[in-house]
Amino acid sequence: MAASSLAILVIDENRIRASIIEAGLREAGHDHVTLVHDVAGIARRIAEINPDVIVIDLENPNRDMLENMFQLSRAVKRPIAMFVDRSDRASIEAAIEAGVSAYVVDGLKQERVKTILDMAISRFNAYSRLTRELEEARSELAGRKVIDRAKGILMKSRGLSEEAAYGLLRKTAMNQNRKIAEIAQSLVTAAGLLDPGED
Amino acid sequence: MPSAHHIDAGFMPLFDSAVLVAAREIGFAQREGIELVLHRETSWANIRDRIAIGHFHLSHMLGPMPLACNLGLSPIPSDTIVPFSLGLGGNCVTVSNAIWKGMAAHGAEADLDAERNGAALRDLIAERKRSGLDPLRFAVVHPHSGHNYELRYWLAACGVDPSRDIDIVIVPPPFMPDALAAGRIDGYCAGEPWNSAAVAAGSGRIATVKAAIWRTSPEKVIGARRAWAEAEPEALSALLRALHHAARWCQDPGNRSELAALMAQPAFLGRPAELQMPILTGRLDLGGGTSRLVEDFFLPFDKAANFPWKSHALWFYTQMVRWGQVEHSAANVAIARDCYRPDLYRSALKPLGVAMPGANAKVEGALKMATPVGSAGASLVLGPDGFFDGGIFDPDQLDGYIAAQRTSD
Repeated sequence: MAASSLAILVIDENRIRASIIEAGLREAGHDHVTLVHDVAGIARRIAEINPDVIVIDLENPNRDMLENMFQLSRAVKRPIAMFVDRSDRASIEAAIEAGVSAYVVDGLKQERVKTILDMAISRFNAYSRLTRELEEARSELAGRKVIDRAKGILMKSRGLSEEAAYGLLRKTAMNQNRKIAEIAQSLVTAAGLLDPGED
Repeated sequence: MPSAHHIDAGFMPLFDSAVLVAAREIGFAQREGIELVLHRETSWANIRDRIAIGHFHLSHMLGPMPLACNLGLSPIPSDTIVPFSLGLGGNCVTVSNAIWKGMAAHGAEADLDAERNGAALRDLIAERKRSGLDPLRFAVVHPHSGHNYELRYWLAACGVDPSRDIDIVIVPPPFMPDALAAGRIDGYCAGEPWNSAAVAAGSGRIATVKAAIWRTSPEKVIGARRAWAEAEPEALSALLRALHHAARWCQDPGNRSELAALMAQPAFLGRPAELQMPILTGRLDLGGGTSRLVEDFFLPFDKAANFPWKSHALWFYTQMVRWGQVEHSAANVAIARDCYRPDLYRSALKPLGVAMPGANAKVEGALKMATPVGSAGASLVLGPDGFFDGGIFDPDQLDGYIAAQRTSD
């Protein structure tokens, strides 16, 4: 299969994201995929791997160093261009928005590289979505915990039922146009200040 | 009051982003009706790409970078102009303790003298070559940077061929002190606070400074998308006014501690405030218990520091030609000349009564002492602006300058 003959190097300090990209590339039939997480000694690795396509995340602070290295014939014998087609503006924008850049050996067929770039873009986006959802789930869980504690404080100090305590938090949040978790956090903080012995 | 203009701007965590940071944080942008959103970036490549595709309207940039964009040296075509400079000077050449010891054995002294210390480095390099040692490795922040060109200019004028006698690699500025301490590089040319950081860590010595190689020389600029600047001239003018006020605030010694504390914040440099003081006072700790007060070490405002001189752009262009980054041609000269836009600076700031130089270009290296110039009663002092080797760059004699460099290299 033609796709499998391309050597692809993925440079990403984020190991999980790099693995997600690697899995996608392998599913698409690319067997020559190398992951590098640390740029120390990268020049030698590049010479060994002799990649056709190099994918780098945009957060990598070493991008300036890597770009310069690609341009030096000592490290990479063939000229390398960023992205495959300068005129394909939409694809370049999608890549930068997703947080990925790709460097491609000159002379490769555009359609072969485009599928790789498209795959990297979609995997980068999927990873961002995943981490965002994880972050939301995490803060939701933390919010639920703090609401439980606030309910407990109200139940104890005002002799309310659990339902009534939650209703009071909800009503206060609505009146102040804030989230229930925020009101709960304020209450927990205030209770801690008033009675440091309780916690 | 809702803001009349929304501007997205990129910056790198370097002290010379201070004028842009102060424009937002001290409120100068808001006073001009601008909602200025700052985006901290991790590489110049990101800034270049995000400007090119329009994520940023403008950005803190290396002085030669907009030229490189317009000359087709960057991967994504873009058209970037420079309506404002963010300051003069601010860089140092820092070497490892071992290299400093070797330089000292060849006559280097802890006085930042570019000629003497450059000659010592040349002799050390020659000695190492005779002993069959590996060439020294120096780092700069980007191929299209003032750092790369001033390091090369300094070495070449001292008799070192920077393309053959040493290796020059790229390292992000915040990583320079660690790379030096780990022995991955022998020296570097970078902006502050990354030189003082190596000295404070005990891993490096400051050998010379940008102000000693070329006094009051250009460094970072505001690079703006030409398409945006043309479509939103009001927004650009308002921003230039805000930057002008911010630059004056940054230059005022009364604001030094506030500015140092501001830049120390995690959102900007994330390094202690005392590390931000050397660039503000010009008093540098060179290492080994020596400190030195450097005149005009970094100027965010004084001496027309914000004026985008066409002669600065053209000098950068001559160095791009010199080191093989671009072909010398009439078309390329025209691109370089059109990149820096003193006309936009003038039209935005003239109504404020800001002192303006009489011309858009000057003979660089001609002023041996501080010289009052300027127009319309407002006082303005320029210079001294000498190159350490006595070189003169006359932008009207561009071809001759380029030819002379070719024969000397």
